[in-house]
Amino acid sequence: MLSEEDRRLLHILSQDCRFTPEELAIQTGLSPDYITKRINQWEKDKIIVKYGLLINYEKLEEDRVTALIDVKVLSQRGQGYDKIAQRFQRFSQIKSVYLMSGDYDLCLVVEGKNMHEIAQFVSDKLSPLELIDTTSTRFILRRYKQDGIEFYGEEERPKRLMITS
Amino acid sequence: MKQYLSPLVRSLKPSGIRKYFDLAATMEDVISLGVGEPDFATPWVMREAAIFSLEQGQTMYTSNAGLIELRRELSKYMAKHQGLTYSPDNELLITVGASEAVDLVMRALLVPGDGILIPDPSYVAYAGSATISGAEIHYVPLRAEHDFRLQVDDLKLAYTPNCKILVLSYPNNPTGAIMTKEELLPIARFASEHDLIVISDEIYSDLTYEGTHTPFATLPYMRNRTLHVSGFSKAYAMTGWRIGYVAGHRDLIQAMTRIHQYTIMCAPIMAQVAALEGLKSGESAKKEMILEYDRRRRIMVNGFREMGLTCFEPLGAFYVFPDISATGLSSDAFTEQLLKEEKLAVVPGIAFGPAGEGHIRCSYAYSTQQLLEALSRMERFVKKRL
Ligand SMILES: Cc1ncc(COP(=O)(O)O)c(C=O)c1O
Repeated sequence: MLSEEDRRLLHILSQDCRFTPEELAIQTGLSPDYITKRINQWEKDKIIVKYGLLINYEKLEEDRVTALIDVKVLSQRGQGYDKIAQRFQRFSQIKSVYLMSGDYDLCLVVEGKNMHEIAQFVSDKLSPLELIDTTSTRFILRRYKQDGIEFYGEEERPKRLMITS
Repeated sequence: MKQYLSPLVRSLKPSGIRKYFDLAATMEDVISLGVGEPDFATPWVMREAAIFSLEQGQTMYTSNAGLIELRRELSKYMAKHQGLTYSPDNELLITVGASEAVDLVMRALLVPGDGILIPDPSYVAYAGSATISGAEIHYVPLRAEHDFRLQVDDLKLAYTPNCKILVLSYPNNPTGAIMTKEELLPIARFASEHDLIVISDEIYSDLTYEGTHTPFATLPYMRNRTLHVSGFSKAYAMTGWRIGYVAGHRDLIQAMTRIHQYTIMCAPIMAQVAALEGLKSGESAKKEMILEYDRRRRIMVNGFREMGLTCFEPLGAFYVFPDISATGLSSDAFTEQLLKEEKLAVVPGIAFGPAGEGHIRCSYAYSTQQLLEALSRMERFVKKRL
């Protein structure tokens, strides 16, 4: 179980991972030493896996598309989904692999330059895999919100009064 | 035309912040730490519930005491989270903000000449409502050396036999102070011994950053003596909706409901609907805001101490109350010069009563970026004067 302090620390880091241990110390009331040790341990244990960046590529007008590919797998005696999932995760085009409930078994998040490139990837690399039954590919057209961040709308809040009691 | 005004109304003092409000309004690029309301918008689940209710045409009066669903949910919530047991049927009244609740208590209980004990410094509305009631105000100083916690010795000094009401307000505006159960117990004994009704304004109770908040009405023998006032403005970021409540003995709640019925009718229905949704599903959004305030609180206290000012650690609400006396300025002069020189607006401690002198109130209901910019302007200003 996480302590209340550690939960607070992770919460702040997950909002903005650029704070120094000294800055984090001010914001949490923990000591910089403790924070450094804790973060090192979390990194070592792969609890903190990566420090991320969230980019709104649409604003850069970069060519980049993302597809969600649902995959139904042929069941094989004595084998779970781990083997095929591990196979998928080696492809650099595949950014995420999830085991899902529902009609399909796995969901892949695939990135490419354009729809054509992704279609090519599906037909060349995925469909031929002997363990795959069917796939269903859906392209993301626009990102309104990701990882809790709204990309559009409500940018400026209405003004409050300057001074109130 | 002033001769037509009631002498009680004429005796109402102008607000101590008006002057700065007007001055700031004429300036550009002012950063303000002067606002006593959250910077967050009301959590979306609550706004959405109100929008839906409007689409459904829920635009009627509610019962005078408020929607029974809201009172039931509130009663459950108070029992679960605060150990307070009030019947939704006759011990809870939904009001137009905690402000109305405070005013109702005073109207229901006070006649001209009654005494009321009001802490100094404190939220300005207490003295305002008491003045309109014609009550005699006895200020009880809160002292920096006690971290602005009310002391029985000071109560004894301020008390006179005509006193009928004691106002308590923790977590406190403007100081950010809280009081623990142990510290409240002697106050409770004093209230019993002197047969005082206690208005306990606990509107900031969810914004307590260390330990757990003790509702005054949960102390021994205090339930019948206490009018527990609170509201949704602060913890649920709902200031503009105007929704609060008061809980207490049914005789008193009934009397207040009668006044409320004649003067207000009922709190706005859409605000009641949004508040109900907040109780049902707003908990995680509220917790998220509290975490954020706590982070900013630490940044502010650290910032003031780093620039060489004495700043006690506020453990509640969203204010810091640093001591600026080392600059040699009064809180009024400090505020005025700070606004003119650095375009930074704060509220002078004196606006909350004479014992607030020597301090300024800074709200941290602002983004981190604004707080850091404000601290850097403040530091430049203070460094020149220390
Ligand atoms: C201590 C205190 N009580 C009551 C209020 C008023 O709250 P409401 O918006 O519910 O009327 C405020 C607002 O600043 C406050 O600081």
